[in-house]
Amino acid sequence: MTALPIEPVPAPEPRWRALRGVNAGDRIYRGTLTVLAVTLPLLLLALVGELVASAWPAIRRFGPHFLWTSVWDPVAGVFGAAPMIFGTIASSLLALVIAVPLSLGVAIFLTEFAPKRVRQPIAFLVELLAAIPSVVYGLWGVFVLIPFLRAQVVPPLRAVLGWTPFFDGVFYGNSLLAGGVILAIMIVPYIAAVSREVLLAVPGSQREAALGMGATRWEAVWTAVVPYGRAGLIGAIILGLGRALGETMAVTMLIGNRHDIGLSVLQPAYTMAAAIANEFSEATTNLYLSALFEVGLLLFVITVVVNALARLLIWQVARGTAVGSRAL
Amino acid sequence: MNARRVRRRVVNGMMTGLVGVLSFLAVLALVLILGNLVVKGGSSLDWNFFVKNPVPAGESGGGVANAIVGTGIIVGLACLIGLPVGIGAGLYLAEFGSGRLGWIVRFVADVLNGTPSIVVGIFAWTWLVKPMGHFSALAGSVALAILMVPMLARTTEEMVRLVPHSLREAALALGYPRWRTSLRIVARTALAGIVTSSLVGVARIAGGLVLLLAVAARSAIRQGPPHGAAR
Amino acid sequence: MAKYSIVALTAALALAAPASAQVKLNGAGATFPNIIYQDWIINYNRAHATVQLNYQSIGSGGGIRQFSERTVDFGASDAPMTDSAIAAIQSNVLHIPTVLGGVVATYNLAEVQGALRFTPDVLADIFLGKITKWSDARITSVNPGLKLPAEDIVVVHRADGSGTSFIFTDYLSKVSPEWASKVSKGTSVNWPVGLGGKGNEGVTATVKQTPGAIGYVELGYAQINKLPFAAVQNKAGKFITPTLESVTEAAAGAMKAMDPGTDFRVSITNPNGDKAYPIASFTWFLLHKQYDDAAKAGELVKFVWWAETDGQGRAPGLGYAPLPKQLRPWIEARLKTITADGKSVWTTAAR
Repeated sequence: MTALPIEPVPAPEPRWRALRGVNAGDRIYRGTLTVLAVTLPLLLLALVGELVASAWPAIRRFGPHFLWTSVWDPVAGVFGAAPMIFGTIASSLLALVIAVPLSLGVAIFLTEFAPKRVRQPIAFLVELLAAIPSVVYGLWGVFVLIPFLRAQVVPPLRAVLGWTPFFDGVFYGNSLLAGGVILAIMIVPYIAAVSREVLLAVPGSQREAALGMGATRWEAVWTAVVPYGRAGLIGAIILGLGRALGETMAVTMLIGNRHDIGLSVLQPAYTMAAAIANEFSEATTNLYLSALFEVGLLLFVITVVVNALARLLIWQVARGTAVGSRAL
Repeated sequence: MNARRVRRRVVNGMMTGLVGVLSFLAVLALVLILGNLVVKGGSSLDWNFFVKNPVPAGESGGGVANAIVGTGIIVGLACLIGLPVGIGAGLYLAEFGSGRLGWIVRFVADVLNGTPSIVVGIFAWTWLVKPMGHFSALAGSVALAILMVPMLARTTEEMVRLVPHSLREAALALGYPRWRTSLRIVARTALAGIVTSSLVGVARIAGGLVLLLAVAARSAIRQGPPHGAAR
Repeated sequence: MAKYSIVALTAALALAAPASAQVKLNGAGATFPNIIYQDWIINYNRAHATVQLNYQSIGSGGGIRQFSERTVDFGASDAPMTDSAIAAIQSNVLHIPTVLGGVVATYNLAEVQGALRFTPDVLADIFLGKITKWSDARITSVNPGLKLPAEDIVVVHRADGSGTSFIFTDYLSKVSPEWASKVSKGTSVNWPVGLGGKGNEGVTATVKQTPGAIGYVELGYAQINKLPFAAVQNKAGKFITPTLESVTEAAAGAMKAMDPGTDFRVSITNPNGDKAYPIASFTWFLLHKQYDDAAKAGELVKFVWWAETDGQGRAPGLGYAPLPKQLRPWIEARLKTITADGKSVWTTAAR
């Protein structure tokens, strides 16, 4: 400033300050928004703190045994969550096995192959699946899916794969298989929607370069587009896994609610969310209630880890944008 | 060379067909479920029967009206708590969210977005129900607000980011302070998007209501808040 | 009634001052009697505008907890409080039976015409997983007229904690020593076999959708929804089809073995009596013996006594079995012991 004494600057101070964002209004505005934003991390901390505090009697009583013992006897006051942890993970993985090809197929078809005018309607239809309430899926599962599985799916499955431990035993209907299939149908829209956004975020130049080198459309997709969005697609799948882990009502109605660990998908099982939904309101002793809180805490920890992983992967592809969160 | 070309073309055709079939299957699932709902819902008694509790002779329309009012109060309160926090946090992320805190908030919002409603339900139960000693509408509302805030924050951020930069620059150039620019120009332009996302948020928490029915606020919803506020 | 009028008069005088204000009474607890409790509240409110009653069906466990923490004025439970829970609140509790619930075994055997019959040991062994086929000789021998298929038996039980499970497991514990030692009784137990369904409707849906299934649901629910259910052999050796009357008979039969001074925390499963259906139970209001607020306590006792008398008439229409009439004096005697500020709040002002 002092080096240029040509003419006096006509006091531009207020304007400048306004542009640099340091007037009182700005500070208040920023402060208020910051407080509101900080609410979210605080909420997370409160959530964890409260769950740990409520689960404490069970944590102290059973220690790590809670994780790998499988007796759940409210009368005797003995609780082990292994069957639920197993069932939660098994049903969700089963759902992924079914849902991933379906939803990636939908996403690839919609972004790369489908005629322009059907893309939007199909995307809308698939996303409509996400809007159906969980209970409706459950009822549909009980009245349509289970009879269908019993009559059409299980007999051939057993004929071909009956020798493996995975299709052993009698099929009653409510089972890991029924729960897994309904979960798969429920998470397809999520995985498909996020995958589609990830694929749309892949720069057109990737495609064009591959096509320009003489690749077929499928080759362009498989060698250029998909690898570019790989992290995001994996993120979308893990996001679907997170949804499946926490899904409650439909699974409760279909999985059989049995505290058992078995390899066969034809056998009934239990999930953590289902156990909480079933037993929470009538948990008569403090230890029982606390054990359910510990199940809730475990479920929360698992979903947080899974979700965090998914977000980090998605951000690899679509850095900083809200890809994915809109689809939720 | 030629054989290879044929092979590549066949693979291309097969895979195109495969992803088409997979899409068709996904849409088919939807059509089947919706179709079943329409057909069964119209004719069969079973459906109603398992969705609703049998209505006793003595309990007439009053119970239903109470339930609607109770639900309305719960959702309304949830909006009252959730909207300012969610939108405020979203504005923060869009305006000042480039730093470390922004990263944390964004990350936490995304993580909370994936938290199962059942976990939020039992959290609300401990946090509000037990200390107050009542299953109150407030507990349900707070739980719903918790489900709502992370999503609102992220969608608000997204909407605000869509506002063209030129608009903001024009306002600043005219001498508007940043906060007025942000509120009067940017947020107002993004308002339609924010309202839409709020509606989506409310719709989503209404779905979460089913779970809270099972866990925390079952009777509060059925009969209105215990303090008589819903009467 | 006349001999209580003096007590009533003094109580009424004591209550006179605050009686003009509307009294709010909150209750919470069991879901099973929710329908009749709501019905009682609506009907009672019509005649008594000075009191505002509210009952929340949050489950027996929650009812006991809220009652113990005194956050509600009365609790309700399908399972009596345990000795330790009562000790924890210095025995300040009365269990007052309100209505009776019966539990029935329902099943899905498409080709079987006519109702099944079970002996207690067969029922227990089915739920223990020891009888696995419908064609088992122990089932067919008590069902001579029926042709039972060689199908697998699929056991369906409640996955959520419930009074229905308590009644059923309480019964099985009484008739099967093996059940008593292996599983015992409770609102939730560690079931040896079977699928879990949430609520009566969850059990019903699973039974209906699974050929060869057997489950247990509340009698009222089974009647309203026209489910098939089995007759069960009672202690006197008779096969009794569950009805509201035979459930009331169960309470009447059980009363014969009760002391008039009972605290009503008694199980009435497997009772004496030729006509008694053996899988039945009281459901209770939980009242404090001492209240702080005389006005509240007075209104509460009035409401409870109305429920025990006029309210009983509404039970059959809603699928609940009314209490046997002989029980009334016992309940009346117990209600008279409720005090506020050291004075009894019993009043006949409700008449």
